[in-house]
Amino acid sequence: MQKGSEGFFMKELVIISGKGGTGKTSLVSAFAALAERKVLCDADVDAADLHLIMNPEVRQRHDFAGGHTAVINRDICTECGLCRELCRWEAISDTFEVDSISCEGCGVCYYFCPEKAIDFPEKTCGEWFVSRTRFGPMVHARLGIAEENSGKLVTLVRQEAKKLAESDSLDLILTDGPPGVGCPVIASIGGATAVLIVAEPTVSGKHDLERVANLANHFRVPSLLCINKYDLNPDESHRIVSLARSMGIGTVGEIPFDPAFTRAMVEGRCIMEFDGGEQAKESVRRVWKGVLQALA
Amino acid sequence: MIISVASGKGGTGKTTVATNLAVSLDEQVQFLDCDVEEPNAHLFLKPRMEHKETIWAPVPQVDEERCTLCGKCAEICRFKAIVVIGETVLPFHELCHSCGGCVEVCPEKAITETGRELGVVERGHRNGIRFIHGLLRVGEAMSPPLIKKVRSYAGPESITIIDAPPGTSCPVIAAMNGVDFVLLVTEPTPFGLYDLELAVGAVRTLGIPHGLVINRSDIGDDRVRMYAKEEKIPVLMEIPFDRAIAETYSIGRLMVEEMPHWKEKFRNLYKDIAQLAKGK
Repeated sequence: MQKGSEGFFMKELVIISGKGGTGKTSLVSAFAALAERKVLCDADVDAADLHLIMNPEVRQRHDFAGGHTAVINRDICTECGLCRELCRWEAISDTFEVDSISCEGCGVCYYFCPEKAIDFPEKTCGEWFVSRTRFGPMVHARLGIAEENSGKLVTLVRQEAKKLAESDSLDLILTDGPPGVGCPVIASIGGATAVLIVAEPTVSGKHDLERVANLANHFRVPSLLCINKYDLNPDESHRIVSLARSMGIGTVGEIPFDPAFTRAMVEGRCIMEFDGGEQAKESVRRVWKGVLQALA
Repeated sequence: MIISVASGKGGTGKTTVATNLAVSLDEQVQFLDCDVEEPNAHLFLKPRMEHKETIWAPVPQVDEERCTLCGKCAEICRFKAIVVIGETVLPFHELCHSCGGCVEVCPEKAITETGRELGVVERGHRNGIRFIHGLLRVGEAMSPPLIKKVRSYAGPESITIIDAPPGTSCPVIAAMNGVDFVLLVTEPTPFGLYDLELAVGAVRTLGIPHGLVINRSDIGDDRVRMYAKEEKIPVLMEIPFDRAIAETYSIGRLMVEEMPHWKEKFRNLYKDIAQLAKGK
């Protein structure tokens, strides 16, 4: 738990999944309608979707400078070949041009070039935003296509969400996390109060849940489990709940498969705002209640 | 012919399309699961694994006897992965990008390289299909070097199918760079469309011919089809939402095994891909 600057306790719930497409963003947007006094944070900067439901009114826009790329000045270059020899990314062609996609931004070529023919400018890798939505303030970002450093941008949006929560005396940050277990996920969960893992009842869902739960464990972040579309395979759902239990993870609820989630999304709404899907709504409310009890 | 199956948004059916395509073809096929953070293809292809190898990233180690604390290593490192604190040089292995700059710059030759475990690469077979996948160590942040390692094992088979990770940043680029064709799998929803546009941006940056599979094609709306038409991206296959397909997937079975009429569709999908890749 993080103590806010004015003495209240701020909590951060990060929704992750391991496997992509299990319903993280649909669930976060539903929680946005149910939670009070919160900041929304989209930490899936690589393929951010929460804004499609939140329809944010952007109040602040900032560039994200995430790294450097080498550029060779051909007028000075003597083609000595040292840079090509040192570059471990094979980013420099035999005609001494830098492939900016392969360039890791390590600066080794820039450092060693005997002719000082290599420039190493900082590049803008994306943008981040502070916005207003019908459910409260939101911090989100857009990583440039094919860019690196998504972990750094994730850390940045989480820090900004925390600052915003502190300045507005809000006690909850609801963070939509990325899929996987790599760099952006690690950046999303460190220091969070808890993660809610959304799993689907498939062999892939079970496999990926185990890995992402181990990751949360590795970074000592408590985990909760929610099964989405549990009725597509009730047996696998049971197995996932048992597996989670054996890992010390409690299940806060199960949500049925319901096309209402997609229909709501098409309308740019969350399920709680949708006309229909009552059973799904009820299950989401139960999950949210379970989350609140676990966070208390 | 190397085909990368990618998507932008996760959970749209990359693995379903990649695995079913692989088993439908008569040609020699190898399958590379490059979604090393959450690899799933083995759950469906069920290969017999024959080799397992731990993969390491080179990271610095400092010989304190030789080190004079000059600080040049810390100066060259862009990733704050080696710092001088008081009377010692401290490498932070998990931050290291393995560029080798510190080794190169050290005037005392006090730095050599040791390894940080990235994960494992497993290799095996399923009937005629050669199978290779990577499994990122849980806790390891950097997947691109492991993805590149998986790709380095590609053999001489005539068709290579790569199951790519979701997203549009460095791991996806590592799984698409240099391939002959990118097959983008999407679903006709606002999230599917938005992430598809990002994925198309990435594929175009790399200049690779591409086409689209629309999965769960009867849910959502028509905007993905409209986008594909406007952008002249060929829609090569549509898979309707079918509870039977979802259930088949959930138990780790292949569509073409349970519903054999799909086999011909996947073969035709390959013919279309081969045609489009040739015209590049």
